[in-house]
Amino acid sequence: MKILVPVKRVIDYNVKPRVKADGTGVDLANVKMSMNPFDEIAVEEAIRIKEAGKAEEIIAVSVGPAKAQETLRTALAMGADRAILVESDDEVEPLAVAKILKAIADEEQAQLIMLGKQSISDDSNQTGQMLAALMDRPQGTFANTIEVDGDSVTVKREVDGGLETVKLSLPAIVTTDLRLNEPRYASLPNIMKAKKKPLDTKTSGDYGVDTAPRLTTTNVAEPPVRQAGEKVEDVDALVAKIKALGIA
Amino acid sequence: MNTLVWVEHDNNEMKDATLSVVTAAAKLGDVHLLVAGAGCAGVADQAAKIAGVGKVHLADDAALEHALAENVAPLIAGLMASHDAVLFPATTTGKNIAPRVAALLDVMQISDILSVEGGKTFTRPIYAGNAIATVESSDPKLVITVRGTAFDKAAAEGGSAAVEAIGGASDAGTSSFVSAEIAESERPELTSAKVIVSGGRALKDAETFEATITPLADKLGAGIGASRAAVDAGYVPNDYQVGQTGKIVAPEVYIAIGISGAIQHLAGMKDSKTIIAINKDEDAPIFQVADIGLVADLFKAVPELTEKL
Ligand SMILES: Cc1cc2nc3c(=O)[nH]c(=O)nc-3n(C[C@H](O)[C@H](O)[C@H](O)COP(=O)(O)OP(=O)(O)OC[C@H]3O[C@@H](n4cnc5c(N)ncnc54)[C@H](O)[C@@H]3O)c2cc1C
Ligand SMILES: Cc1cc2nc3c(=O)[nH]c(=O)nc-3n(C[C@H](O)[C@H](O)[C@H](O)COP(=O)(O)OP(=O)(O)OC[C@H]3O[C@@H](n4cnc5c(N)ncnc54)[C@H](O)[C@@H]3O)c2cc1C
Repeated sequence: MKILVPVKRVIDYNVKPRVKADGTGVDLANVKMSMNPFDEIAVEEAIRIKEAGKAEEIIAVSVGPAKAQETLRTALAMGADRAILVESDDEVEPLAVAKILKAIADEEQAQLIMLGKQSISDDSNQTGQMLAALMDRPQGTFANTIEVDGDSVTVKREVDGGLETVKLSLPAIVTTDLRLNEPRYASLPNIMKAKKKPLDTKTSGDYGVDTAPRLTTTNVAEPPVRQAGEKVEDVDALVAKIKALGIA
Repeated sequence: MNTLVWVEHDNNEMKDATLSVVTAAAKLGDVHLLVAGAGCAGVADQAAKIAGVGKVHLADDAALEHALAENVAPLIAGLMASHDAVLFPATTTGKNIAPRVAALLDVMQISDILSVEGGKTFTRPIYAGNAIATVESSDPKLVITVRGTAFDKAAAEGGSAAVEAIGGASDAGTSSFVSAEIAESERPELTSAKVIVSGGRALKDAETFEATITPLADKLGAGIGASRAAVDAGYVPNDYQVGQTGKIVAPEVYIAIGISGAIQHLAGMKDSKTIIAINKDEDAPIFQVADIGLVADLFKAVPELTEKL
């Protein structure tokens, strides 16, 4: 079985994003970029499935600028076998990303497609579900544990009330949550080896997908800033404050 | 404009999250509801009482019992022939179904809206709430998820909408529900609690978390939350996580104990009315957003606080 892992290049989670003064977006010039953390979890899980002898090949895919090659090389260094970059300098919305991913999944006959549950940049939380709809296949979102067994996959999902388990027939789409695993770091020898692994470059046109945006961003603003309040001296002072709030 | 609101419920009771979505939908046009489930007629009757609702569609079918997206999404896509917008709460179930509907309709979903600025224009948070984008859709139909804390709840009583049973549900046959581990608790749900006491990595382990945080929460009738670090370390279950990738909360009072205040955590609680922080490090970033701060060792301060309240 082949596993497809879409990975997105996003602002590093340690960086505090700054809104551009002209309201057109977030300043990404000279900002550290990394693989979306949820996608690292997806790559790791794919590798573990392969290591368990349940998959033969892992293909990493990214839709983004030429620099997304770095993100793909990271996936290759972790253990993916080959990569596809669908190059685009413009932002591609989740719906169009999902259409491109569908074309690739069909072409590769992937049985399992593992995505992050959300990117930490746009926080859309939709690409995986959209892909599942376009492929008319089942989805296991917010995965906490997954178990591939023959022609099905069982996914334990992190939901608002706790955990829920569903069983999906393959091919299926899974999106990762934080507790699925702890991703490995790529070792230096593996980083060197990754440079030689195949990486194809394509365009959305190669897949016949129109990436014209459906949403227009008319403004990007700073959220209202919260001012720091006061520090109290001791517990007695805190008790007085809490009583004044009328909750005790 | 005709709007459709997907009602969140467990086949017995409607979830509160629905009410904020009704408020958002009413800003766009007439509000119709969809109650999809199995043996859920009681929920439809309850939903029909929400103030300002025009009609309740009731889809009662075994295939809809567990709200599997594979079965629910096509039903909703079908109903969109007579609706212009469909709105979901940005809960895990809402977020699971909505994008699937959007893709079936070939439209871009607008996630997690904070406000309705016009018939096709909304604001939404990006980058963990560090930026607020105003977005305008050019699609013929709108698929929206709504951030519950950003809209007032519609009144649960006062309406008398007609309930209309609809068919059209079927089992896609590709997925099945196996089991659920849903914690039963007397405690208020995080997303609707008036007061939340949250603990972080500093709480050491599950026993210490329980012994330190729970008595204070009990005293205040509060919900209990946690940072990701506390969840990852197994002090509390995943559904306690507050933050960018957990639950978004905005209670009257949020008490952060032994939590440093990483941007991912702040993203989930910085709209709380009053924030109280207890941390032994006076430079912890949490103090930059706290209205009331106490620099202290939590293992001394929290038991003392609990006792004196
Ligand atoms: C004002 C504004 C500014 C923006 N600026 C930026 C920006 O500077 N940088 C930026 O990255 N985005 C930016 N975006 C987001 C962008 O427009 C898309 O909406 C976004 O790329 C897709 O949403 P998402 O990644 O949040 O999807 P999600 O549905 O949250 O992503 C889930 C998963 O889908 C997969 N996936 C998603 N996109 C890709 C992809 N391109 N390639 C491979 N796999 C993918 C990954 O596995 C990911 O974990 C901006 C959006 C707005 C509104
Ligand atoms: C993709 C991604 C998503 C994430 N999503 C979330 C999310 O949704 N929610 C979330 O919370 N985090 C999230 N995080 C994690 C986040 O970056 C932080 O790592 C996390 O919030 C830290 O938790 P903490 O504050 O409990 O721990 P720490 O940062 O370790 O802070 C512990 C604090 O306790 C204080 N302390 C220690 N001992 C005592 C004592 N005896 N008395 C008083 N104070 C004490 C310390 O001074 C310190 O400030 C995410 C990270 C990533 C990469």
